[in-house]
Amino acid sequence: MIDEVGHYALALALALSLMQAILPFWGARTHDARLMAVARPAAMTQFAFVALSYAALTYAHVVSDFSLVNVVENSASAKPLIYKISGVWGNHEGSMMLWVLILTACGAAMAAFSRAIPPRLLADALSVQGVLGAAFLAFILLTSNPFARMVPAPIDGNDLNPILQDPGLAIHPPLLYLGYVGFSIVFSLAAAALIGGRLDAAFARFIRPWTLAAWCFLTLGIAMGSYWAYYTLGWGGFWFWDPVENASLMPWLAGTALLHSAAVMEKREALKVWTIFLAIVTFSLSLLGTFLVRSGVLTSVHSFASDPTRGLFILAILVMFIGGALFLFMLRASSLKQGGLFAPISREGALVVNNLLLTAACAAVLVGTLYPLALESINGDKISVGAPFFNLTFGPLFAPIFLLAPVGQLLAWKRGDFLAAAQRLFFAAGLGLAAMAVFVALHGAPVMSVIGSGVAVYLVVGAFAEIFGRVFPSGFGARKNAFFRAKGLPLSAWGTAFAHAGLGLSMLGIAASGWGVEKIVAMKQGDVYDVGPYQLQVVGVTTNQGPNYQETVAHMSVQRDGRVVALLAPSKRFFSTRRMGTAQAGIVTLNLGQIYVSVAEPNPNGAIDARLYWKPLVSLIWIGALVMAFGGLLSLSDRRLRVGVARRAVKAQIVAQAAE
Amino acid sequence: MTRKQKRLTLIGSAVGVLGVALGLVLFALRDNIVFFYGPTEMIEKHVGPGVRLRIGGLVENGSLVHLAGKSVTFKVTDGKDNVPVAYTGLLPDLFREGQGVVAEGALDRNGVFQADSVLAKHDERYMPREVVDALKKQGKWAGPSGQMNGQASSQPNEQTGASY
Repeated sequence: MIDEVGHYALALALALSLMQAILPFWGARTHDARLMAVARPAAMTQFAFVALSYAALTYAHVVSDFSLVNVVENSASAKPLIYKISGVWGNHEGSMMLWVLILTACGAAMAAFSRAIPPRLLADALSVQGVLGAAFLAFILLTSNPFARMVPAPIDGNDLNPILQDPGLAIHPPLLYLGYVGFSIVFSLAAAALIGGRLDAAFARFIRPWTLAAWCFLTLGIAMGSYWAYYTLGWGGFWFWDPVENASLMPWLAGTALLHSAAVMEKREALKVWTIFLAIVTFSLSLLGTFLVRSGVLTSVHSFASDPTRGLFILAILVMFIGGALFLFMLRASSLKQGGLFAPISREGALVVNNLLLTAACAAVLVGTLYPLALESINGDKISVGAPFFNLTFGPLFAPIFLLAPVGQLLAWKRGDFLAAAQRLFFAAGLGLAAMAVFVALHGAPVMSVIGSGVAVYLVVGAFAEIFGRVFPSGFGARKNAFFRAKGLPLSAWGTAFAHAGLGLSMLGIAASGWGVEKIVAMKQGDVYDVGPYQLQVVGVTTNQGPNYQETVAHMSVQRDGRVVALLAPSKRFFSTRRMGTAQAGIVTLNLGQIYVSVAEPNPNGAIDARLYWKPLVSLIWIGALVMAFGGLLSLSDRRLRVGVARRAVKAQIVAQAAE
Repeated sequence: MTRKQKRLTLIGSAVGVLGVALGLVLFALRDNIVFFYGPTEMIEKHVGPGVRLRIGGLVENGSLVHLAGKSVTFKVTDGKDNVPVAYTGLLPDLFREGQGVVAEGALDRNGVFQADSVLAKHDERYMPREVVDALKKQGKWAGPSGQMNGQASSQPNEQTGASY
């Protein structure tokens, strides 16, 4: 019964989304305020119905309702509760449900929090959001029905792919989807602006909070996915240039460019057409990612079941939205009033360079991701484009960003002074050089790690150079009122500093991977291995029974100078329902670095093959991403820059004056 | 600066960056891509020793030999031809005889494929698509239920998935 309610709610949501797509749009054309007013309640009700449907599916998974094909294929009674809940999106149908749930939530959020947006723009934007909702709801109902029944219902299910039974996976897809789909709001607003044919600086203010929020979630989602792959796949790698990873990196790069170009548009009314273009491209890349991952054209852990009709359907959606938006862009871009031009050496000039580098890097990733697909469909050759390609193309295009980001922060709007900015970075550059010297003394080669870590330190310190200059305008000696000046600084300035510093921290973690130690050994009880500065001792091996698996656990101690500093328990799990094993890496974080042990099944002679790693500073890769997202959050909470709020800025000015 | 100069700087830097990007991509595409072959295809193409490539197929039953240390040899087959593969390192969790596998490396002078990485796919319910295609070419593909183990025949997706 509940399943039917869920299915019916989904169908109702489709009807509502069609209504939301057509009526407000018609109202905006005929200046009918009543028709336009349909958009907001329609968006909210649509969300409510999808949420109801999603709740019904979750309920079916939680109570193990094996009359649903979806539950049979992806669940089992013995599965722990948390994986019954996360298992909802651990399969094709459920993940599309989550996609649509977030899409409609975005529509509802836009309807609820966008009172400052002009009614016609909002009506058009919600109508575009309605078309998006309709397309994906139709996709679910026609090709991927999660409520399909199974007769007769089996006693138990096939269980969830063990590799997906992991707390990391429980939060990775929702975060990533919030990022991907969050950009749909920006896309809808851009399409609406093109439809309406009017574009001013206010538009940048409308999209700013949504872009920032989506960007934060995407940053966290990518970091989470990377950490998940790092500890589940047992290879100790954090980024594989896998097409699925690229699919999430591309919208991130475009979204980052969008954040920066929107700042120029907001402050200087320049780069307007470019910002609109980026808004379209960012969400288009999100859609492309969905297509690549969901259509089965790629082989990866994410392409659950491949079914050609689904692939074609998603391809059709992709062509319709990307093609439609770009066509609209082509028609309208020339008629939009061009923005102003500006001096090359200025904040806006630096942001243009940032945009050029980010989009070029994004294009390189796009080529590397799509080239194999294109080649195969043209002449049937199968190739793989791996890390060497991306290191050679993405690397050089992205690297200048590390050097230029602090400079850009220090350049003034309109007309900047490059030399003065560079001068203020002497301290940061000096620290960077000092760090290089220290790292050479500690670890020596490889050269790339030394250079990379030096640049990273410069970026982290340089990110705060601008704030330092504003808090201590006449040097560190003048500390009076520094606290008030720091407090009076806009949160967005702090946000920029933290986001850039986070990038530097991630870079430091990546650069330090060159100093890692890797050993492949056949371990026996009592063996001791030197791994980096630590010694690993095998204490014993036990066999345990988990809720839906058996595991062999190798108990190990991590020692330094004869003292035990940590215990590790890497294990090998075997899931009987799927007859499949997973390796649970044993990881311990020591001084920001990690000892990482991954074990294989015991050999006939009793020894256990294992990979032992020491990865110095590796945790900074993900800590950096957290710091970046924190920066985004700070910037997001800057009240001055929220839609339609200007009072606080005046107040802050008064405080600042009083503090002088 | 005049308006014209400003515009020229903007366009110039855009063209510059995109030019560099294009150059890098073209250069990298020449040397940094790896072709994928099934065993039969590889033999037909007369791939020389030292050329990096990926081969895929099934691990031939009874061909896996553990040597000293962590070295193994096994044969990758597509049902028609097979290629001997040597690999030193840990085999992935899902590596089994009779299951799909993809190995990356190069042939040595004796015609043995020296692999530096071996991938087995994460889910035994499906094969790497490349492997499926390689098997299909040799007419050895029996569809997902035949190819997998007995459990797959109880997979409901073929029978009931679309009937609702």
